[in-house]
Amino acid sequence: MNGLFDLPSDLQHSYLGLVGLHLREALIPVLAGLLLALPVAQLCVRLRWLYPPVLGVTTVLYAIPSLAFFVVLIDYTGQTETTVMIPLAVYSLVVFVPAIVDGVRSVPQETLDAATAMGLGPVRRYLQVQLPIAAPAIIAGLRVATVSSISLVSVGMLIGNQGALGNLLYDGMSYGRPRLVWLSVIGTAVLATVVDALLVLLRRILTPWMPRGARRPSAGNRPEPAVTAGKGAAR
Amino acid sequence: MIRIDGVTKRYPDGTVAVDRLSLDIPDGAITVFVGPSGCGKTTTLRMINRMVEPSEGRILIDGEDSRRQPVNTLRRSMGYVIQNAGLFQHRTIVDNIATVPRLLGWSKEKARSRARELMERVGLDGSLAKRYPYQLSGGQQQRVGVARALAADPPVLLMDEPFSAVDPVVRKGLQDELLRIQAELGKTIVFVTHDIDEAVKLGTMVAVMRTGGRLAQYAPPAELLSDPADAFVEDFLGADRGIRRLSFFPSAELELLTGPVAAAGTGRTAARDTGDAPYLLVTDADGRPLGWAEPGLPTDGPVDPGRLLPCGRPFVAGQDSLRAALDCAVLSPTGWAVAVDGSGRVAGVVSQQAIGEAIRAAHAGGRSDGADTGASAKVAG
Ligand SMILES: Nc1ncnc2c1ncn2[C@@H]1O[C@H](COP(=O)(O)OP(=O)(O)OP(=O)(O)O)[C@@H](O)[C@H]1O
Ligand SMILES: [Mg+2]
Repeated sequence: MNGLFDLPSDLQHSYLGLVGLHLREALIPVLAGLLLALPVAQLCVRLRWLYPPVLGVTTVLYAIPSLAFFVVLIDYTGQTETTVMIPLAVYSLVVFVPAIVDGVRSVPQETLDAATAMGLGPVRRYLQVQLPIAAPAIIAGLRVATVSSISLVSVGMLIGNQGALGNLLYDGMSYGRPRLVWLSVIGTAVLATVVDALLVLLRRILTPWMPRGARRPSAGNRPEPAVTAGKGAAR
Repeated sequence: MIRIDGVTKRYPDGTVAVDRLSLDIPDGAITVFVGPSGCGKTTTLRMINRMVEPSEGRILIDGEDSRRQPVNTLRRSMGYVIQNAGLFQHRTIVDNIATVPRLLGWSKEKARSRARELMERVGLDGSLAKRYPYQLSGGQQQRVGVARALAADPPVLLMDEPFSAVDPVVRKGLQDELLRIQAELGKTIVFVTHDIDEAVKLGTMVAVMRTGGRLAQYAPPAELLSDPADAFVEDFLGADRGIRRLSFFPSAELELLTGPVAAAGTGRTAARDTGDAPYLLVTDADGRPLGWAEPGLPTDGPVDPGRLLPCGRPFVAGQDSLRAALDCAVLSPTGWAVAVDGSGRVAGVVSQQAIGEAIRAAHAGGRSDGADTGASAKVAG
């Protein structure tokens, strides 16, 4: 009898190896999405008219099923990790832009006025006041982007075994071995939960200035993670 | 000195917020801009630190056009305090206060120790230093706002309705604190409010503005109360400006009678030679007022304080204003006000009628001396 975590050799990885791969494929795109979203969001904050069209375009991007994305990308990037990660980065970007814009906009006008009056230039104002105060909103976006990214990586199994834990699911189904299916499904779920918990911890550490209990000081301005997460789950 | 020289502000949408405003803001004094909502007070204040640029005219700081120096240098030389404080919610109280010193390149330790020093100056307990703004009351936040504005010791302080969001008791405390700080530090303070009482209380000079951004009158508060320039200013001052003006007249000139005052249990209470006064003010052995004895009340033995008429809150002779003295007399059941010295011992009593005469004399004096004497010497109470 095999051990609980023994895997078929065609996967070319141990279970922990697959977990590491999964995390890499999920988190790199989130990071890329965040880095891209920061300047885009800042542009949208400065040029108010830009935000609605940007929001429109990103929503359309979000509506494209990941499979369709893969099919187009395979012609350019082949059956590689990159093909999986590019759509994930785009989805993250779509989550981050409104999160950052709303977060930055939720900074009270009088706080900004005070900063200006004290002689903080636009760059300092952005880095020292707007971004830190937007941190809770950005981390809320980060949680959504990360969790949906972790769940979406598995789809990569359809393009040349680039799905990490998803490949395990594929194997399990094609060989009729429920143990592998469970290992994949539960593994992905546990991974998402643990990473999400770490992000909550990160927010606690980064924002000691938030009133305890009231998790969102300026309610209503933040994207609703539940809604966007729902969109992600449908894919 | 800050000179506002023919300044007009026209916003892009065509609104004229300030219309050809010219006035001089004296150094080391509190100048208050007051007027109805939308009359251009905030716009005027923000033109001084160039958060708003004038459309026409110029602003001179010590004779130099404010546009000659880099805008952030200008702003760091002027503390700015606003309604609701506008604190940085993500920074602790010390770090909020240390903001401008840090921008000016002070070391973290030096900036923080300066911040703690300022907390003390504005009456904040040092234990609040490590808290975040949400953990403070509105009044405390406002004090932090004042401390933050003072942190780099700027010569000028700009304050935009700083105390309008707190309750009246806290507001009075903050106002008194500001007067104290001003007396200690001698800053040039430009203060915006829509509350005429606050303007009269705090201002060395008061600029009354009317809708459309025009200056209605610029004068010391006593002059404002005695000689409003027009019906608008008079209306804005409210109905009881005559009474409020009495705040500017000292009570030192009042002639206090000591005849109708006697300590309980002494022979003089029995004699009850009250002169003009129909009542006798009974004090304890220490000279503190107990109450008024009606005619017929035996006062030679130990006095039962319960049988005396209350004498209310006395005024401090020489220190309080005629307004305080008149208030005591009006509230007193006998029509006579009780004056005490600094330690609370009775200095004498004075009738409503005598106060009335003093008021008439003060008015006559105030007219002939002009604005300088009566206006600049504000009296406590
Ligand atoms: N950015 C702006 N663009 C267009 N109009 C403005 C702008 N800011 C102020 N105004 C207008 O200019 C006028 C003066 O505004 P300001 O804020 O200086 O008034 P205020 O005296 O401070 O009033 P309040 O007591 O209500 O604070 C108002 O009519 C206001 O609507
Ligand atoms: Mg205003």
